[in-house]
Amino acid sequence: MSDTLLTVENLEVQFRSGSSTTKAVNGVSFSLNRKENIGIVGESGSGKSVTATSLLRLIPNPPGKITGGRIVFEDKDLLRLSDKEMRKIRGNEISMIFQDPSTSLNPVYTIGNQIVESIKTHQHLNKKEAKEKAIHMLELVGIPEARKRFSMYPHEFSGGMRQRVMIAIALACNPKLLIADEPTTALDVTVQAQILNLMKDLQHSIDTSIVMITHDLGVIWETCDKMLVMYAGNVVESGTVQEIYDNPLHPYTWGLLDSQITESVSSEEELNAIPGSPPDLSLDITGCPFAARCPFAEEICLKKTPEMIEAAEGHFTACHFQTKEHRLDRKEGKVHDRSNIKS
Amino acid sequence: MTEAILKVRNLKKHFYLDSPIPFKKSDQSVKAVDGVSFDVFPGETLGVVGESGCGKSTMARLVNQLIAPTEGTVELNGENLVNMNKEKLRVFRKTIQMVFQDPFASLDPRKTVGELIAEPLVIHKIGNKTSRKERVKELLEVVGLRGSHSGRYPHEFSGGQRQRINIARALALNPDVIICDEPVSALDVSVQAQVINLLKKLQKDFNLTYIFISHDLNVVRYVCDRIAVMYLGKIVEMGTYKEIYEDSKHPYTRALLSSIPKESPNEIKERIILKGSVPSPINPPSGCHFHERCPFAMDVCKVKSPELMDVGNGHQSSCHLLELENNPLSDIPIKKKEEEMECH
Repeated sequence: MSDTLLTVENLEVQFRSGSSTTKAVNGVSFSLNRKENIGIVGESGSGKSVTATSLLRLIPNPPGKITGGRIVFEDKDLLRLSDKEMRKIRGNEISMIFQDPSTSLNPVYTIGNQIVESIKTHQHLNKKEAKEKAIHMLELVGIPEARKRFSMYPHEFSGGMRQRVMIAIALACNPKLLIADEPTTALDVTVQAQILNLMKDLQHSIDTSIVMITHDLGVIWETCDKMLVMYAGNVVESGTVQEIYDNPLHPYTWGLLDSQITESVSSEEELNAIPGSPPDLSLDITGCPFAARCPFAEEICLKKTPEMIEAAEGHFTACHFQTKEHRLDRKEGKVHDRSNIKS
Repeated sequence: MTEAILKVRNLKKHFYLDSPIPFKKSDQSVKAVDGVSFDVFPGETLGVVGESGCGKSTMARLVNQLIAPTEGTVELNGENLVNMNKEKLRVFRKTIQMVFQDPFASLDPRKTVGELIAEPLVIHKIGNKTSRKERVKELLEVVGLRGSHSGRYPHEFSGGQRQRINIARALALNPDVIICDEPVSALDVSVQAQVINLLKKLQKDFNLTYIFISHDLNVVRYVCDRIAVMYLGKIVEMGTYKEIYEDSKHPYTRALLSSIPKESPNEIKERIILKGSVPSPINPPSGCHFHERCPFAMDVCKVKSPELMDVGNGHQSSCHLLELENNPLSDIPIKKKEEEMECH
């Protein structure tokens, strides 16, 4: 068996509304090995969540549609499977944790019921065995008095506890891949630390790969081996976490790193913000999507879309000026006068 | 020392639950804010941090008299706002404005930006139509938008721009104090930095005083001069940002600080991971509210609630550990050892 668990090639997802089409994801490619974690980071609207939900073919259709690309999981092309075959994969081999733990559980069923549902769909266990397994899962995710909690409803749980229940449901069938879409964004920092710790512990015990979607670079540093930086539906940089932290290449990644408030930023200096806001994806973008906000943009950036190239070993980036032969000088936070370039 | 612009003393808000017996006040209440006292000095930023449900937002609304407190006083420029008559309060409200968290919910979608920003001027009967128009244009430019944007509707703007509109609206009456309730939590990092820069610049330009509520400890450290840490309706620690971040005396503050996500993949964090989540404020734990989650809890913590104690440099903390001769907290460094390791 090969070591590659998931390969995504040139994934394209579009949303139609009326006469306009929004290109939410525009050619995303990556691959993930077993027991490896990949982080996808980007601002809202960059297409990170759409990429994640496409992996499970959960994009509502209409209006959304996967218009191109391949998603190969083990040796199956997920985009070619029938709905029935897909259902066997969802929740069993690939499962997902969503952002908001208060809306992703059904309020009218007990949490025990919801875990058992997932177990009974995919495993040949009788009612009693399924219940025991569910209680075991609840204990595994650190819910005290699991037997008593089994018959409680979601509203009796706090946000962090609900997210633990979600993790219990997601891991109940020992999935090979877990997609976590902003799993800690809705939680307090103290609880976020608990949940991230729990995910790391469980990963070791059941050998799952994780696709972690987040806008918080801190979460990536904590949990991931590889990362993708997304902007306006495109991957602008990819590589190992260590490499991107030590040696980021794309100007957008620079902007993202610089606008983080860290301990080393003195409150006397101004923060390095990226000027402007992301482009409207329902309009056709020619050239580099980041050009309008990029301090290094030149004529070519507005005309030609940069390709992903391997600028260093295993480290890809899509920028006209970041190649093996030529490098930009990173000017931290310096914003140049871009009034001469009209977008 | 200059006179405090805002003095809050023993502020309490108890929300009574529905009573099982009609027309009888329930004896169960949620003590959302339970005896909070602090001063805010002109031109400074007081940060309020804490987990959700600790009462930070309720406190903001109490200070602004958007809800009436159960007990306590709020003095603005020497006048008590609690139980002030409505007409007089309206005049005082001019000096204290608010910026809310959600830039999507806090702007009326049926009004143009110009109408929204002029609204406080209309309410307080300031100027005429033309002068208001001028003022709106000026305010839009102050917050980094264009004067020509005044005819547009909120949905035409992005989250960061909407938050700028909210800030322009709060500035319309030339207030002294602005209460910012999680002003950047709903924004992306790159936009968050823009809005924080704007808030800091406005503070310098107009000599504003901020009460800045946030759950993001990095943002608070960057923006604030002094910080109050709240837990279950009480301030458990208060001091300058330096004191809080470098020499915190309360285990809860320590735990909060240690749970900030890593700043680099290489950082090694010694975490104090708290058990469980914030207990219910209806039946808070006896003694020190924090004792059930505190890794250092002693017998006395279960019985006696600690008082805020002065520990020097205007730094106050409420913890029984401070009474001990050898405080276990002082052995735990807050600063990570990463820098030392790099030196070797």
